[in-house]
Amino acid sequence: MSSATLKAAKTPRARGDVVRETSGKFSAIDRRDFLKAGGALVIGFSMRGLVGSAAHAAAAQGPFGAIPGPDPKAIDTWLAIHGDNTATVYIGYVELGQGSTTSLLQISAEELDLDMSQVSTVRLDTNLTPNQGGTYSSSSIARGSPAIRTAAAEARQALLQMAAMKLGVPVGSLEVSKGVVSSKINDKTVTYGQLIGDKRFNLKFTGTAPLKPVADYKLVGTSPTRNDIPDKVSGKYVYLQHVRLPGMLHGRVVRPRGQGAYGAGAKVATLDESSIAHIAGARVVRKGDFVGVVAENEWDAVRAARDLKITWDMPATLPGSDHLYEAMRAETTNDHVVLQRGDVDAVLGGAAHAASGKYHAPYQMHACFGPNGSVADVTKDSALVICSTQDVYATRNTVAGVLGMPPDKVRVQYYEGSGTYGHSCYDDVAQAGAILSQLAGRPVRLQFMRWDEHGWDNYGPAHVGEVRAAADAIGKIVAYEYHGWHHNWCAVETSAQLALGTPAAEWRLGAAQQVNPSDCGGMYDIANVRLVNHQVPGLKYLKGAWLRSPLDLSFSFASEQTIDELARRAGVDAYEFRRRNITNERWRGVLDAAAKAANWQARPPAANVSSAKIVSGRGIGLGTHLTSYGGAVAELEVNRETGQVRVTHMYGAIDAGLAVNPAFIENQISGQLVQTVSRMLLEEVTFNTTNVTSLDWNSYPILRFEECPEVTAFCVQRTDQRSTGAGEEVMAAAAGAIACAFFDATGVHMTVFPLTPERVLAALRAS
Amino acid sequence: MAGKLRIHVNGRAHDVTSAPDTPLLYVLMNELQLQGPRFGCGLAQCGSCSVLLDGAEIRSCVTPVSAVKGKQVTTLEGLPAWYAKQKRLAKAPALHPVQQAIIEEQAVQCGYCFNGMIVQAAYLLSQNPQPNDAQIRESMNGHLCRCGSYPRVIKAIKRASQAMSAATEARVEEEALLSSVQAGMAR
Repeated sequence: MSSATLKAAKTPRARGDVVRETSGKFSAIDRRDFLKAGGALVIGFSMRGLVGSAAHAAAAQGPFGAIPGPDPKAIDTWLAIHGDNTATVYIGYVELGQGSTTSLLQISAEELDLDMSQVSTVRLDTNLTPNQGGTYSSSSIARGSPAIRTAAAEARQALLQMAAMKLGVPVGSLEVSKGVVSSKINDKTVTYGQLIGDKRFNLKFTGTAPLKPVADYKLVGTSPTRNDIPDKVSGKYVYLQHVRLPGMLHGRVVRPRGQGAYGAGAKVATLDESSIAHIAGARVVRKGDFVGVVAENEWDAVRAARDLKITWDMPATLPGSDHLYEAMRAETTNDHVVLQRGDVDAVLGGAAHAASGKYHAPYQMHACFGPNGSVADVTKDSALVICSTQDVYATRNTVAGVLGMPPDKVRVQYYEGSGTYGHSCYDDVAQAGAILSQLAGRPVRLQFMRWDEHGWDNYGPAHVGEVRAAADAIGKIVAYEYHGWHHNWCAVETSAQLALGTPAAEWRLGAAQQVNPSDCGGMYDIANVRLVNHQVPGLKYLKGAWLRSPLDLSFSFASEQTIDELARRAGVDAYEFRRRNITNERWRGVLDAAAKAANWQARPPAANVSSAKIVSGRGIGLGTHLTSYGGAVAELEVNRETGQVRVTHMYGAIDAGLAVNPAFIENQISGQLVQTVSRMLLEEVTFNTTNVTSLDWNSYPILRFEECPEVTAFCVQRTDQRSTGAGEEVMAAAAGAIACAFFDATGVHMTVFPLTPERVLAALRAS
Repeated sequence: MAGKLRIHVNGRAHDVTSAPDTPLLYVLMNELQLQGPRFGCGLAQCGSCSVLLDGAEIRSCVTPVSAVKGKQVTTLEGLPAWYAKQKRLAKAPALHPVQQAIIEEQAVQCGYCFNGMIVQAAYLLSQNPQPNDAQIRESMNGHLCRCGSYPRVIKAIKRASQAMSAATEARVEEEALLSSVQAGMAR
């Protein structure tokens, strides 16, 4: 096991702190004890994820129990130094398999002059860790690191002052290595642990300490390995799905197989509780239209949910996935001009080369590999809810809402589940688990079944994009217009809808839910631009939320094909055409990096020189989410007889500013490339007029080993730029590159994805 | 409960109380408290719950516990000992070579699917010690990963294959040496 493993590895008992009684209950403890225990007591188990059922009640008495969590203005909120000269860093961002926890520890260790074996962290917990906002928009490093870096620098400054006193030398004479402070004046040394070990700093966090110059970095910019991987391969890692509470029941929700229209919800028509009488120990719990079953034994809960006789009223109001785009396009929409520059209409008409197209992108799902779950212990006046949320504080508020409890009585604790890639069912399952526990009067572990997760996800919304663009005779893009139709994200989870009858509602329109200027022509220098967002009324459609790189794949699919069409009409190579239209050096950097990785050489379009059964093509694309710069090249083969598309190699490059751990970023790029191929070739949520019909891996296939391309990932290191996101910013570029590669191979633009054989054959026939 | 059912998991006998039709997965998770096999789909579609049954990969989510009676179940946790037995090693390594190779390739993202990935890869290498790229892909095709870790898993399997053949060669040499020494002593 790596020495920088989460504190779970350090047994609190070894440090002399009794943290869990045999009953599984905690004695009253405050956060100071958590500090001394290395923060490990909430996970005081050996092999199992056994958590003290009364832990929430005890810790709520601690000094940090009240909203909004630990005081961000105190140094002690951010880190603690232990007697053994190690540090615990309190991080408000969750580990989702991207390695950001290790990256944030690198940053902390860098500022503190510790090595990686001396730093660790604790799991997120509303009673323990600071509220840094949610772990989304690839923000862990971009938004998470400034506070952590500054707090570490400030703690180091305080430690140096203590050392100067202790050693009787001026602060200016001190140096630190691995937490050992030495003076240039005399031979004396003292460790951080000796200076403050397990005592509070009791200092206000002012954010004024000078930061270490980037040129002096020893750890940041290098690639120490992930600290969670050894336990993940050995089976020791405790996922959410492993967590158990003493005295708990197993629960399952009972819902229609596949959601209907978000605004319609689902109403119980008939329910026959006697239908599960043959399963002793299982019983139905119900609140409004929220129905679940609980049982002592997990298999009994599964059987009870399966066998329960229940019928639902669900209106047949959905357009069905076969008629989705016409329906969206026919809606009365809430329109908003996102960007207006110059005079698009005047220029479009008279330009030398023009291109336009109508493009369509389906609903896609998070499809968490391990369905979401939660473990909840709700008593009369407090609640502990353990789940895999991206934001423990936001989840606390919504759970409190469904329980009818003040948020400060609810404690939410994070355990990693399988990769969520956005707002999957984790809030819904947290609420559902809490409701089951409240109704059952016992702790409950709820595990969503595969059809719950697939059928009741908050899907990445479908999209219709209509693009027009024009270039002059020398291949300079002169006008660009993008109209985008899609609906917003859901603001009310299914559990609240069913249990309380809370009406469905959507988010307020934000940057991530509308036409994205960075993807839609923003990388190119274009004088005349108009971007219009057409917000479709979402309550008539499926429940939506952010799905990794929200809407960006859809924008890039439409936009980059339009750019390629202009290049083709201008008779310029696709890569060269893009270079001519970009002055921003960071966009150029990723474009060049991707092209170089793929050894891109200008050549005539593949479709012009081959009419073989299987044709090869390559495409280049650019895109991002909200920050950073992504470039990609795709190489693929199209079988003109079967319509089968096989992506053979993906190349991806990112500029995310200062890369704290370049190897993690390369792994992220690699995953993004593979996931994008999956989404472009295979993934589409299907539904009829009543409900979703994509309920398992057969009806919602994702990419498999035999379909997986080679991948080449490249991280552009920019030590002069602040760190920005790296968890999703290559996907749009990759989506565009795949579409453009298909165009190169066939001379045909695909106007809808995924690129299924049927669609490909239809497009080839129509051309 | 009508009589206990005895099953053999990772070389040990366990008397379990679950009903005979209970899928093996729930018994492993809840009665034996193992963390390797885990719930993914309950439909034998994803490979999250994979274990070895008498050395062959099966999906524990659809296998009734009664069906494994009299057979040997090996989970992720038992792979190092299973490997040691297979290779006639004196002592089980801390990790199966596939597990070690996955760490070295840093192949994991969220890691939830890696129970199945590792079990299947260990099975593959037990059948075909030096698989080529196509054979790896074919063998692993029934195991899904949402994070897109496939390229690194393929690399890790190749790395494990090399490590295992190097270990085997070393052992063969050692045994040859030992037997020649013994032969010498006998003379």
